[in-house]
Amino acid sequence: MKLNLRIWRQKNAEDGGRMDNYELEDISADASFLEMLDVLNESLIERSEEPVAFDHDCREGICGTCSLVINGVPHGPRRATTTCQLHMREFKDGDTITIEPFRAAAFPVLRDLCVDRGAFDRILQQGGFVSVNTGGAQDANALPIAKVEADTAFDAAACIGCGACVAACPNAAAMLFVAAKVGHLAHLPQGEPEREQRVVSMVHAMDEEGFGSCRNYYECEAACPKEISVDFIAEMNRGYRQSVSKGVSA
Amino acid sequence: MGSEGGDGYGLEPCSPPKVLPNRPLPGVEETAGMNPLMRGMASSLGSKLVVALTGAGLIGFVIAHMAGNLQMFIGQDAVNAYAAQLKSMPELLWVMRIGLIGVAAAHVVTAVRLAASNKAARPVAYHAAGSIQQTTSARTMVLTGLLVLAFVVYHLAHFTWGLVHADAFSLVDAQGRHDVFSMTVLGFQQPIVAGAYLLAMLLLALHLLHGAASLFQTWGVTNQAWAPLFKTAAKGLAWVILIGNASMPIAVQLGLIVPPAGVGS
Amino acid sequence: MNLDPNIPDGPIQDKWDLHRFQMKLVNPANKRKFRVIIVGSGLAGGSAAATLAELGYDVDCFCYQDSARRAHSIAAQGGINAAKNYQNDGDSVWRLFYDTVKGGDFRSREANVYRLSQVSANIIDQCVAQGVPFAREYGGQLANRSFGGAQVSRTFYARGQTGQQLLLGCYAALNRQIGLGKVRMHTRKEMLDVVVADGNARGIVTRDLVTGKIESHAAHAVVLATGGYANVFFLSTNAMGCNVTATWRAHKRGAGFANPCYTQIHPTCIPVHGDFQSKLTLMSESLRNDGRVWVPSKPGETRGPAEIPDAERDYYLERKYPSFGNLAPRDIASRSAKEACDDGKGVGHGGRGVYLDFRDAIARVGEDAVRERYGNLFDMYERITDENPYKVPMRIYPAPHYTMGGLWVDYNLQSTVPGLHVIGEANFSDHGANRLGASALMQGLADGYFVLPYTIGHYFATQKPGDIDTDHPDFKRVEADVHARLNKLISIGGARTVDHFHRELGRLMWDKCGMARNAAGLEEALVRIPELREEFWSDVRIPGGDTEFNMELEKAGRVADFLEFGETMCRDALTRDESCGGHFREEHQTPDGEAVRDDANFAHAAVWEHNGPDAEPTRHVEPLSYENVELAIRSYK
Repeated sequence: MKLNLRIWRQKNAEDGGRMDNYELEDISADASFLEMLDVLNESLIERSEEPVAFDHDCREGICGTCSLVINGVPHGPRRATTTCQLHMREFKDGDTITIEPFRAAAFPVLRDLCVDRGAFDRILQQGGFVSVNTGGAQDANALPIAKVEADTAFDAAACIGCGACVAACPNAAAMLFVAAKVGHLAHLPQGEPEREQRVVSMVHAMDEEGFGSCRNYYECEAACPKEISVDFIAEMNRGYRQSVSKGVSA
Repeated sequence: MGSEGGDGYGLEPCSPPKVLPNRPLPGVEETAGMNPLMRGMASSLGSKLVVALTGAGLIGFVIAHMAGNLQMFIGQDAVNAYAAQLKSMPELLWVMRIGLIGVAAAHVVTAVRLAASNKAARPVAYHAAGSIQQTTSARTMVLTGLLVLAFVVYHLAHFTWGLVHADAFSLVDAQGRHDVFSMTVLGFQQPIVAGAYLLAMLLLALHLLHGAASLFQTWGVTNQAWAPLFKTAAKGLAWVILIGNASMPIAVQLGLIVPPAGVGS
Repeated sequence: MNLDPNIPDGPIQDKWDLHRFQMKLVNPANKRKFRVIIVGSGLAGGSAAATLAELGYDVDCFCYQDSARRAHSIAAQGGINAAKNYQNDGDSVWRLFYDTVKGGDFRSREANVYRLSQVSANIIDQCVAQGVPFAREYGGQLANRSFGGAQVSRTFYARGQTGQQLLLGCYAALNRQIGLGKVRMHTRKEMLDVVVADGNARGIVTRDLVTGKIESHAAHAVVLATGGYANVFFLSTNAMGCNVTATWRAHKRGAGFANPCYTQIHPTCIPVHGDFQSKLTLMSESLRNDGRVWVPSKPGETRGPAEIPDAERDYYLERKYPSFGNLAPRDIASRSAKEACDDGKGVGHGGRGVYLDFRDAIARVGEDAVRERYGNLFDMYERITDENPYKVPMRIYPAPHYTMGGLWVDYNLQSTVPGLHVIGEANFSDHGANRLGASALMQGLADGYFVLPYTIGHYFATQKPGDIDTDHPDFKRVEADVHARLNKLISIGGARTVDHFHRELGRLMWDKCGMARNAAGLEEALVRIPELREEFWSDVRIPGGDTEFNMELEKAGRVADFLEFGETMCRDALTRDESCGGHFREEHQTPDGEAVRDDANFAHAAVWEHNGPDAEPTRHVEPLSYENVELAIRSYK
């Protein structure tokens, strides 16, 4: 297939950046989206031009490294699919495809389509854990957990930290990410002792990073490659409200 | 294949990008001594709670206000008596007014403040606009909210302060009461005024369509089971407010409510 | 080269306990004066970094990814083994130990494997305490399933993403320590060399992948947790960034490289479907619990799978290995698939694929039950291939997946360079010539949580705590080497892309040193690889400079190392003149195609010593003795 690509090029964080146009021919419909970009890059290098930098690693939809906003939608048109698992059969011959980086003040562009998502790590460093040291854990089956609760915790824990929720949100809010992390531990007895403290600390850390606030658009849920539900946002809102009203501070 | 202008960057070295360090976050110290409740309410989630709570209060006011006004359909005496009764309790009225102003101000100021920080959170817009499931109502909350606010100012100028259409403001009825009924009818007889009220109610309904459901999510009581019910209820509320409030200018325009004899043209 | 494995005395079941008692301890007040560098943030590196910080050491952790959570451990699907015997089906530490030694085709070190089995149960406890959401039964207890190469259900799992959930557990523990200021995390920083000063590992040299800045970091010990080298094949199930650079650089600085020819070719991957392909995708081995593997009996079959009656299908694993059937270990399942395809019975693109059929499972337990078990895997398959595996059988083919070889380590996980420790897939120790399913996660976490934190203290007790810096002339020397190499890469200005060379190397390695190897092919590869390396260094084109974000330069450095490493790998495969586990030499097989080991001559680990750029490496051996497991012909029939 033949494609017209409009791609954001930006040399580094200080550069203003611009959209550039590229034409690409003979792309197989069975190629993945990133393989299509590989083909583009090989041809750019052969022409002595600089390849387009984009983040990617596992290419199996689990590491959360790949990003890209494709035609205005994070991870492109197919629901519940990361960019690396998106295949060109989702597009038509002759399509124009606009490819941009995730846009958020908290995700500064490093180069072209690569952004710095370190803000996510820093939020988790403020409470996204159970404070348990290695060793001394009790027998794993000593603490039965209802399957339904464990499954709900898992639904939240499925978050791959890609940042599509932020990219999709008109406010660049990180609510779904933080809510998924808070929700994972809030549904497990292991997370209970620090539950109240955790939600307050993580919400405040989220604000410090410069993410926007939630207006309940639910774009995040629709863009999430792991289909994490906005129910977790409601739960986080409730947990935060209750914790703050008890006077819990970060 | 070819390229238009995609000629790469050249080879000059670049200055290092902003490095975000690993350590306690900036600003944590500043808030460290704050009252936890105040600090909590100052956060994005706390601010959203303020908007939700004040929004719920304003919805209550809008419903009560509409219920009172619908006495227009009963007649001049009912409305004027209702108005006179409210005025007969100035202390209560002022407490309510001040409370209402406070709630409305908190709602508007907090929402605008959030909107500004939301704007700052996405400094560079996307070239290709795409949305998946957000609604028009959600997307236009700030716009509809501010337009409704503008309308409220006009509405107060019209019916409370008598600054516009002042000629009808001074009317009194047979019992010597402020003739709210006639004032309203005379106002709504002007097509432009009636149109403005209709438009405002459409905007308010659009605002409520998202807002009235969204506040439950912000309050943290939604889940897959309740979300559709809240959504339906918000839709119902928006329709009720729209129909209820719009029915009055429409009725006047259709001649179903007419001014008492001797009033107006 | 000193290859004393330092195995403690005593009966095997007491070795670790005795050793823990005999090892020297570090005074708690002194721990923070010992700085340790950990390279890699996967299950091994992440767990080690968190645990060492908890113990009080001063930790620096490095990863090339943009977050510690993205290390490739995240992609492990199937599960993690532990000798918990929760299912009451006869499992025990002894049985896990035995299965692992046998699964490794009697080429692993007994004492290490026994210790691994011992701590396996602690891992599950630890992970559950961290909040890892393992699958559970309705009664609230943990669920288990069976996995290839075992006849007991000892595998704990978290849907199809056990690796992600375990890694998130250890990433959370790591985050906690970062938040507490006990670990300095360095993301997007790639280790390009290790510094050995006065005979001890003293630090590393890294490149900041965003700014291109070269930096030295000093420490009292260096831990490599940098994973395996399966990307030497170009197409593998590894992440695109997985590389041999850290271990290869350490090798060039004196660390022995053990058994590089032991590579695991995973049987259930989505077949190659085009020249543009950049990587292969694994489908969890757990699929073999319910899926049946078959090919058409007749070579050159043209009918679709649905039209082929059972009588004309060859369920070859069930036929050849009646007791293990579709759950035969990975090396055997992979080789059998290759044989079937070599016989012209393969299906799909280029005839390189076999069917993995769920028809019977769906008929037996229903589509919903199958969806419950494998839904996410089926979805992934459908996304990639555009075929619905509920309706048509999956097509699978083996792909490089894991590497059992790695830097040689002793019982304390220390390499031949004092102070340089190697954990997880990066070392060679526990899996012998073939790794059993669900054992990689176990080993990574065992090393990081429960072994290294003890043994590294033993090393520190021999060192002086306190000041350490990068002023030593060896740091400057190594930094200069790193600069020179990067400058050289940038200045070549040739005509071909890095991927071009990587693809060619990969094809060569896959053909000559892949699932089946023979002397002639390996000798050919040993001629071709140096030529290819020569071409690379004279004709590769890397746009951009070295002081900026330059992904081509990153790749080039990694491929340059693969081009050196591949040669040693082939040399190891050539000199190991036997078949064992994942290393199948066509010269050594039974008439029905089973591997034939040569215990008399090869019951050892082969450890390579680097002798400089133009000299052949030296092959040393660490003899392997089996006192608790009887060397036997590995049979799954």
